[in-house]
Amino acid sequence: MAQMTMIEAIREAHDVAMGTDKRVVVYGEDVGFFGGVFRCTAGLQEKYGKSRCFDAPINESGIVGTAIGMAAYGLKPVIEIQFADYVYPAFDQIASEAARLRHRSNGDFTCPLVIRMPTGGGIFGGQTHSQSPEALFTHVSGLKVVLPSNPRDAKGLLLASIADPDPVIFLEPKRLYNGPFDGHHDKPIVSWKNHALGDVPDGDEIVPLGKAHTFREGSDVTVLAYGTMVYVAEAAAEETGVDAEIIDLRTLLPLDLEAITESVKKTGRCVIVHEATRTSGFGAELMSLVQESCFYHLEAPMIRVTGWDTPYPHAQEWEYFPGPGRVGEALRKVMED
Amino acid sequence: MTQDTAPLSLNVPEPGCRPGDTPDFSDFEIPRAGAVGRPPVDVDPDEIRDMAFSIVRVLNKEGKAVGEWAGALSVEELRLGLRHMLLLRTFDARMQNAQRQGKTSFYMQHLGEEAVSCAFARALEPGDMNFPTYRQAGLLFAVDYPMLTMMNQIYSNAKDPLAGRQLPIMYSSKEHGFFSISGNLGTQFVQSVGWAMASAISGDTKIATGWIGDGSTAESDFHAAMVFASTYKAPVVLNIVNNQWAISTFQGIARGGVGTFAARGHGFGIASIRVDGNDYLAVHAVARWAAERARKGFGPTLIEHVTYRAGGHSTSDDPSAYRAKSEAAAWPLGDPIERLKNHLITIGEWSEERQSQAEAEILDTVITLQKEAESVGTLAGGEAPSPRDMFEGVYETMPPHLVRQRQEAGF
Ligand SMILES: Cc1ncc(C[n+]2csc(CCOP(=O)(O)OP(=O)(O)O)c2C)c(N)n1
Repeated sequence: MAQMTMIEAIREAHDVAMGTDKRVVVYGEDVGFFGGVFRCTAGLQEKYGKSRCFDAPINESGIVGTAIGMAAYGLKPVIEIQFADYVYPAFDQIASEAARLRHRSNGDFTCPLVIRMPTGGGIFGGQTHSQSPEALFTHVSGLKVVLPSNPRDAKGLLLASIADPDPVIFLEPKRLYNGPFDGHHDKPIVSWKNHALGDVPDGDEIVPLGKAHTFREGSDVTVLAYGTMVYVAEAAAEETGVDAEIIDLRTLLPLDLEAITESVKKTGRCVIVHEATRTSGFGAELMSLVQESCFYHLEAPMIRVTGWDTPYPHAQEWEYFPGPGRVGEALRKVMED
Repeated sequence: MTQDTAPLSLNVPEPGCRPGDTPDFSDFEIPRAGAVGRPPVDVDPDEIRDMAFSIVRVLNKEGKAVGEWAGALSVEELRLGLRHMLLLRTFDARMQNAQRQGKTSFYMQHLGEEAVSCAFARALEPGDMNFPTYRQAGLLFAVDYPMLTMMNQIYSNAKDPLAGRQLPIMYSSKEHGFFSISGNLGTQFVQSVGWAMASAISGDTKIATGWIGDGSTAESDFHAAMVFASTYKAPVVLNIVNNQWAISTFQGIARGGVGTFAARGHGFGIASIRVDGNDYLAVHAVARWAAERARKGFGPTLIEHVTYRAGGHSTSDDPSAYRAKSEAAAWPLGDPIERLKNHLITIGEWSEERQSQAEAEILDTVITLQKEAESVGTLAGGEAPSPRDMFEGVYETMPPHLVRQRQEAGF
């Protein structure tokens, strides 16, 4: 067990995977020599050579498109899109090609590929360094969508994603790279060091895809969250005194519906929190699923706390961001009904 | 603004000939067969810049094979090439007709372009991988992919190897070096580069080929493929099939009025060659040159196959609405099957009689297989793939939400 940040955990997952499987290749913009703008791949080129970890041209569609060809050949590409905001040029290659290859060729060709990208706001990145596009990917048949909230899960889930036989979208909440974040931007940054979830097991232990994690047990209300919002929900629960059970979804597709329904049936209430814009967001899917499977257990209408349906603003970041204030309000409201 | 600045206007290229006009290809420069020389495979792309503007041709008007690109194929191989093209043309005609009879939803034929894929395939080695479009079924015919299996797919019957999930002509066969065809144009071009990069990363000896139509070269993926191919010197052969038309849009819309499609390789330092796509010998020779170049580590080659789509774009297309009816007949590079046939006759290795016999025998084979496929089923009836199949293979292991949906659907 070693204490590390999420960046270090991600780097270590790459290292373990590249060390045990020669087919793993890592590339993306600035990923090779420099080790990525967030340094998630630092040292890999030196250790594994330039043909297994290299810099790519600034062409997202080309990065994903070539990776599909590599995966079809039999390699296991792990590629980085510098920010999730820049994945749109590659969307066709992801949605029309990677996601469908196995199905359309009846298993003749497959696409075991991991597409990593930093996601979410909270770093004053403005509208092109803050987006949370997860719902675009959960809407595509054939993809898996993973979003870790801590170093331990980041390493285990990334190893599971690399081992997975299908294409995986791996979203990394960049606000959590260096430490947990409870949504209070005016408080000093805390580090993963000395945090229980900063304890990362050595070796190649995976965290299975499709399994949620009960981040905090509680009996009043179930909060469904992922990524940065897990800590925001925790802060809100503590500040309001509402005994919230926080489920960290970890994998959005396939989703751990069992963990969700079990918790909602126990608490009878449900609040959903995500950073992405609201309309047609992943929260809408969660609400539908909870409604379909837990309607008769619900004691109050469900509430969504999300980013607004606007582009992510720069100066108004903290008004956009679903902080502990807004989440706390939802917790109180759902308890009143 | 100064006073003498005239209002601007948009340039929208137009083809030289529309329905009702008389086709005129007199502006189309065609070098004599044999005029373009064969450089060594390790040539510096800079030294052959002119090859992106000229056209490699082997068969001359008299049906003789001339020049440095000639002589690569034995008589047996030439007869086999003729057979592959005849099979493809006959197959196309029968399947086109089957679509008209409602036995399938859709079909796309190769009429006039048979040489491109049939000849190219014979320059590759087993294990190489093609990333084709929907107009390169010759890549399958030339490596003996079972025609019956293709028919089963076209009919989406119970023996469709893709279980009814794909459009009729979008084949897939890893075993035959044929990557699963995508309906999204151009996407496969960059994937072929990735496959080639993977081969290089793995220290393998196999190469990849990418395929794109003239119209689809306007897609970003074409340019992405060129960037990656040139950056990493990928062992790939990148093919543009310029059949003059992209549905109703003439090639000048994707290209503009300047240069050639092949010349686009120059900005990337990629060796770029134009070839007579209706000349089986020329296509084969250039393909072999480019494949050898890739295999020996000299990097990518861009080939523009100059040809003509003599038929409609697909069964949903009526070309008489946008181009002159006689344009195909006026096409100056002739018909690939006629040209190879004449060559074999000229060298005393074939006759009109043997041609008729071969045509009859091939038609017979195709009809027999067609009956066999139809006895299983067509889109109109008979044994169909199970709807259960639609849920299978989205992922390697079916996730719980799909299991629930499959149960909900009743399969
Ligand atoms: C991304 C995308 N855009 C549009 C289409 C519709 N479409 C199908 S074929 C075609 C024309 C392609 O022309 P070209 O690349 O010249 O190939 P050809 O059909 O002539 O062989 C178009 C526009 C498509 N399949 N995919």
